[in-house]
Amino acid sequence: MARNSLGREIPERFGGKPLVPYRDPWSTRPAADRATRPLRRADPGDKKLCHDLREAIERAGLRDGMTIATHHHLRNGDHLLNHVVRVIENMGIRDIRIASSSVHPVHAELVEFIREGVITGIECGVNGLIGELASKGELRCPITVRSHGGRARAVASGEVPIDVAFIAAPCCDEQGNMNGLQGPSAFGSMGYAFPDALHARTVVAVTDNLVPYPAAPVSIPQSLVDLVVPVQRLGDPAKIVSTTTRVTTDPVGLQIARYAAQVIEASGRLRDGFSFQTGSGGISLAVAENVRALMRERKVKGSFGCGGVTGYFVDMLEEGLFQALFDVQCFDLRAVESIRKNRAHVEMSADTYANPFNAGAVVNGLDCVILGATEVDVDFNVNANTESNGYLLHNTGGHSDTAAGAAVSIIVAPSIRGRLPIVKDAVTTVTTPGETVDVVVTERGIAVNDTQPELKAELLRRRAPVKDIRELQREIYAVTGTPRALDFEDEVVAVIEYRDGTIIDAVRRVRT
Amino acid sequence: MTIVRKAQAGTMQSSDLMVFLEPAPELVIEIESTVKAQFEHLIRAKIEEVLRERGVGAGRVRVTDRGALDYAIQARLETALLRAGGE
Repeated sequence: MARNSLGREIPERFGGKPLVPYRDPWSTRPAADRATRPLRRADPGDKKLCHDLREAIERAGLRDGMTIATHHHLRNGDHLLNHVVRVIENMGIRDIRIASSSVHPVHAELVEFIREGVITGIECGVNGLIGELASKGELRCPITVRSHGGRARAVASGEVPIDVAFIAAPCCDEQGNMNGLQGPSAFGSMGYAFPDALHARTVVAVTDNLVPYPAAPVSIPQSLVDLVVPVQRLGDPAKIVSTTTRVTTDPVGLQIARYAAQVIEASGRLRDGFSFQTGSGGISLAVAENVRALMRERKVKGSFGCGGVTGYFVDMLEEGLFQALFDVQCFDLRAVESIRKNRAHVEMSADTYANPFNAGAVVNGLDCVILGATEVDVDFNVNANTESNGYLLHNTGGHSDTAAGAAVSIIVAPSIRGRLPIVKDAVTTVTTPGETVDVVVTERGIAVNDTQPELKAELLRRRAPVKDIRELQREIYAVTGTPRALDFEDEVVAVIEYRDGTIIDAVRRVRT
Repeated sequence: MTIVRKAQAGTMQSSDLMVFLEPAPELVIEIESTVKAQFEHLIRAKIEEVLRERGVGAGRVRVTDRGALDYAIQARLETALLRAGGE
């Protein structure tokens, strides 16, 4: 057991691999080359088209102990991962690791296959039941949670070698050219699948919309694709929208959004060239609405909006408030429609978005990012992975990537959720280190990290409700009472990898 | 005050609670809560305080809490007591 720089106890090994404790956001440097894979040769007349997934898995040579990947653009509407694992189980293959870009509540079906030993490791974050059962000690399956940039890094470096990648292709031809724009399962950007296409040992395109050659436009080209499989249905794009994607009407949320917009204004970055990212939560979208109004009023011409893209950002693009949108994932069907028709709505790979170990990720150019949290602490560390009951219920997403990249990272959250105070002495789990978090905004006030003295002074000058984070915490505890600490066993059920591959925290089994 | 009949108050919404009362020979307090691990002690303390103030020494008090703050616990319990009470 070692302690990392945040005082978190990190095991020496996890899932058979040695761990490096987190130190700080910047000092870890890459010390190796990109991972390689064998060259292939395809000659005229060679057929990639398989009859079904079983044939594709056979031809891909998937065996016991290997690693597979899918991507999560269909989010809670994804059918593919469950389908692939069912076929794997049926073929008698066991001891498979899943290195998808994310796992959602719809994949609860995998629990059974984990219990049977078909799946024995998860190399990605999980949303929902799998994490909850792991936290209760009911699943023997080590989970390594990675941010979007961290996953791109781990795939490119070979830390997570993917043997077979199954890429959901909403529009695909029999040579494997594909895009996410057309077809019954169109989900827009294929951003998370790009690292898989470049690095997996075998790349399988799975489609429910096999079109005559060529499928154009081409997002992922045929030269990267080994096999093509038609299936009935990839999933249900109506379920891409799994969280709130409407501006909140809750007065607490609206107050938070007003304060957050005030912070952005005071940062001095709301000028021509402004770049911005928000999530799809109701408060984030309310901040976006306020920022949009300010940009209109001041005739600010922004440079880019980024991240998971919603219809609200599409409106800002079409209104001329941004020059371009960089889109790793469409969060709603309006974003899908926009990426189909707007040339300035650019499909972006997870690597380009957020990988710290490339020649420059887009997150590094962000002025402001709005992020959520289940908890923050007096050192500005943020928990976005575990709920206050200690259960691992959420994937990191781009949280720690954008917080590190953006000039001003702003956490928005109500001060109390169902009696639980948002500001604690120490968060249950660190997702994002406080040294990359600049401001915490609640309806009771704005706490500014010491990393931003000028911003703090400017907010005070503007008579914004700035509070010391400990003062904010005391005020909240006066309402909620002081919560009792949760009780954990020593057993580590998951580790939270920081974007550079060091371990920022471990998730332990909850004592029941 | 005495609990002479079954009564309830509250909702199952987040940050609220349901209080169920029924007559019983002794005082029994049962707490279910989304934040039981963190706040059971404070929820219990608040319930006991209200019961003491109202002079309730017997009855079954069952609470299903969704993270209500103290003032909501007090208001819901007092309402339920008025509905359950006799002179």
